[in-house]
Amino acid sequence: MTRPIVSQTADRPQRSGVLALRRKMIDKLATGMSWLAMLIVVFVLGSILWTLLKNGLPGLTLALFTHSMGAPGAGGGLANAIVGSLLQTGLSILLGAPAGLLTGIFLAEYGANTKLARTVRFVSDMLLSAPSILIGLFIYMVLVEPFGHFSGFSGAAALSLMAMPIIVRTTEDMLRLVPVSMREAGIALGAAKWRVILFICVRAARGGIMTGVLLAIARVAGETAPLLFTSLGNSEWSLDMRRPMASLPVAIYQYAGSAYQDWMQQAWTGALLVTVGVLIINIVVRVGIRGGRT
Amino acid sequence: MDGTAEQPTQAEPPQITRRWDGDALFRTLVVLTGISVLIVLGAIITVMVTGGWKAFSTFGPSFFVTAIWNPVTQHFGAVAPVFGTLASSFLGLVIAVPLAFGTAFWLTALAPPAISSVIGMAVQLLAAVPSIIFGMWGFFVLVPVMAHYVQPTARHMFGHVPVLSALVSGAPFGTGLLTAGLVLAVMVVPSITAVMRDVFVSMPTVLRESAYGLGATRWEVMRQVVLPWSRQGVVGGIVLGMGRAMGETMAVTFVIGDSNHIGWSLFAPANTIASLIALEFPESPAGSLKLSSLMALGAILMAISFVTLWVSRIFLARGEARAGKRS
Repeated sequence: MTRPIVSQTADRPQRSGVLALRRKMIDKLATGMSWLAMLIVVFVLGSILWTLLKNGLPGLTLALFTHSMGAPGAGGGLANAIVGSLLQTGLSILLGAPAGLLTGIFLAEYGANTKLARTVRFVSDMLLSAPSILIGLFIYMVLVEPFGHFSGFSGAAALSLMAMPIIVRTTEDMLRLVPVSMREAGIALGAAKWRVILFICVRAARGGIMTGVLLAIARVAGETAPLLFTSLGNSEWSLDMRRPMASLPVAIYQYAGSAYQDWMQQAWTGALLVTVGVLIINIVVRVGIRGGRT
Repeated sequence: MDGTAEQPTQAEPPQITRRWDGDALFRTLVVLTGISVLIVLGAIITVMVTGGWKAFSTFGPSFFVTAIWNPVTQHFGAVAPVFGTLASSFLGLVIAVPLAFGTAFWLTALAPPAISSVIGMAVQLLAAVPSIIFGMWGFFVLVPVMAHYVQPTARHMFGHVPVLSALVSGAPFGTGLLTAGLVLAVMVVPSITAVMRDVFVSMPTVLRESAYGLGATRWEVMRQVVLPWSRQGVVGGIVLGMGRAMGETMAVTFVIGDSNHIGWSLFAPANTIASLIALEFPESPAGSLKLSSLMALGAILMAISFVTLWVSRIFLARGEARAGKRS
């Protein structure tokens, strides 16, 4: 701090009046820029939500939920895409949550600061921030090309790779918050370590772990890139996970690039549905955390 | 008392062996799952490198220095998409960092607590919006604005200035590097803001209060106390945002314009690695040289994003160590 933060304004207001004025002006300027930055960010958020509502709401009809995707002008809906998204997201969580939970337990309870645990932690963070399209490419090479066809299973597998690192992270963080005294109480009662972990620690951290699972659902439900090369998309009604499967984000991607009015409309409405779903999960999680902590 | 204490000890031996079994089993399961995470990443890297091997071996080192992407002559090079990835992310960060810093400053120093938490949550929600929504918003809202207002204005103002004219040249499509940079900026502002707010808040209050007590203005406290103290964490957050921007696919694919081109113009259509993979993959048959080139690009993107994550973690860890020491 070579520059004096505080000049002698308090002692000699008259003489350093210019400096005081300058400091005040700079502060005003910085404050103004800060307000401007905040307003821009809020304006953009508002613009995105407004665009979604304005373009999406008119297409919100019953037919959207009861009809499968169809040719332009044929009055199709998005039912198969919605169901496909639910199925793939659900399966990806069924695959990713146990793996993430166990890895989180390993990091928090067994690994702690060993070299293996530090490596696993770092690699899990890498997976968390790995570009999602590369996950899609990877699953394509491993699960699509060898079998010769796109499938809902491979889409779910790609999504589970994205869901797992989120769950690993929250599980580890939440388990670390469980007080040592609770573990000690369990051990003192003669419980085995795995019982202490599963029935005391995990149960105590249940809320936080659920938060991680919900955030993972919110994250993968809106993912498009990993599904492009794995479940591909399907314009017909199909519940067969071994075949190409439609999903909401991929349907939006296909429709938004088209030139047909009704497809565009459905793309916007689909986008509205995805966003509202994801935001509701996030709001529930955040309000829940605040309620739970206080 | 003695009698009751005796009983469990007598009953224990068989139970101990059973418990030990359960523990060993659970431990093995947990460790194996942890190791499987390593195997997954190893498999991803292996698949990318072996998949791209055909391209690497066909073109040799020239793959990294040629800007050609020609499916007809089967000649592929990595320079243009790598340039587009770096340039669009750089533009995005140049726009996002001041916005995120201003917002974080506002949230921590200027806003009334009640409003601060509401706006803070709104910014966080922006981070949760799926990337394809940003792409649609960019394509249907931002692109027309860029084509009709921003680019003509920029050309009118800077078109005759010697150096700047190169930056604004090109037909007003509305898509291009700058539009991609803007969309990326909107996408990474929330995460950078969140990191900045967290490191600003984690500073011991007494430092802030003593500066205020000396009569410093809010900006002086931010500039000369908070910022030097939290520099590491801020840099870590920015690098983290850069990693996200470089790997982003859907949002960029909508607005980048898809052209394998390197130039100075901010408005020229370009390519990023991720958008090129998304757009060209459907036309790449299995086993083709083109698919192999895309995989090679994927390997490059993987390497870039891992290096950025590494760097960001170094900075964030230093910042955290500092916060731990001081508080």
